[in-house]
Amino acid sequence: MWYYEKKLQYPANVSKTDLNMAKFLYAQYGGPDSELAAAVRYLTQRYTMPIPQAKALLTDIGTEELAHWEIIGTLIYKLTYGATPEQMKNAGLGDHYSQHDNALYPHDAAGVPFTASYIASSGDPIADLHEDLAAEQKARATYERLITLTNDTGVIAALSFLREREVVHFQRFGEALMLVQEHYQHKHIFY
Amino acid sequence: MPNQNASMIEKLKEIMAVDFAVWELSLFLDTHPEERKALEDHNKFVRISYQLKSEFESNYGPLRLDCISPFPYKYINSPWPWEIEY
Repeated sequence: MWYYEKKLQYPANVSKTDLNMAKFLYAQYGGPDSELAAAVRYLTQRYTMPIPQAKALLTDIGTEELAHWEIIGTLIYKLTYGATPEQMKNAGLGDHYSQHDNALYPHDAAGVPFTASYIASSGDPIADLHEDLAAEQKARATYERLITLTNDTGVIAALSFLREREVVHFQRFGEALMLVQEHYQHKHIFY
Repeated sequence: MPNQNASMIEKLKEIMAVDFAVWELSLFLDTHPEERKALEDHNKFVRISYQLKSEFESNYGPLRLDCISPFPYKYINSPWPWEIEY
C-alpha cells in the first residue's frame, strides 16, 4: 500500500501565469512518456521481476514517478491559476476549457487522452527493463525540449531536477538489467 | 494563492532536502545492498528526517494521516503541496 505525504519531492514555483507552457507540460502529465505512464509501467511490471533488487527498484522508482506526476501537476495548476476562458482559448486550451474548465486532466500536449497502450508489460524481465531504459531516455529528451520552451526560472529549476532523475533512473535500471542477466546465467539447481 | 508562513516553508524545504537524500540512497541501495557506506548515510539521513518531521508536525500539523492529531482533526488544514509558494 501507499501513504501520502503532504510535500513535493522538489519545490515547484512559477513566476507568472503562462498558459502556453502549461499546455506544453501536459506532455509529461498524460503523454506517452509522461510521469503517469512511467509510474503505471514500473508498478505493473514489478510483479514478474525475478530478483529482489529489481522488485525493489521498480516499486521505488514507480513510486517516485507518482511524486514527479505531482510536480508536473503543481506546475500546470500554478501556470493556469486564475486564467480566464478567453486566455485559455488564446493559448490553444479552449478545447481543454470546454471539457475540463481549469481542472487538470491526463492528456498530452495536443489534448490526446492518456491510454494504457503507452505502457508495455511483457512478462519478460529483460525485455521490460530495456523498455524502461528507453522510457527514461525519451522522458529525458522531452524535459530538454520543455526547458528550451520557457524562460521561467522556477519552471526551469523543477524541469532540470526531473531531467536529472531520468538520468539516475536510467543508471539504476541498467544495474538491475545486469543483475537480472547474471541471475539467468546461473543454473538454479542446488543438489 | 493563500498567505504563506515563511518559517513553515523553510522547515518544509529542509525536510524535502533531507528526504531527497534518503530517497536517492534508497534507490542506490536497491541495486547495491552491500555498500556499507551508503547504508550508513541512508540511516543517518533517516534519523535526521524523523527528527525534523516530529518537530514540523507538532508546530504546523500532520504531513501524513498516520500522525497523532489534536482535536479537531488537523491533517486537512495543513497546506497542500500545490498551494505553497516555495
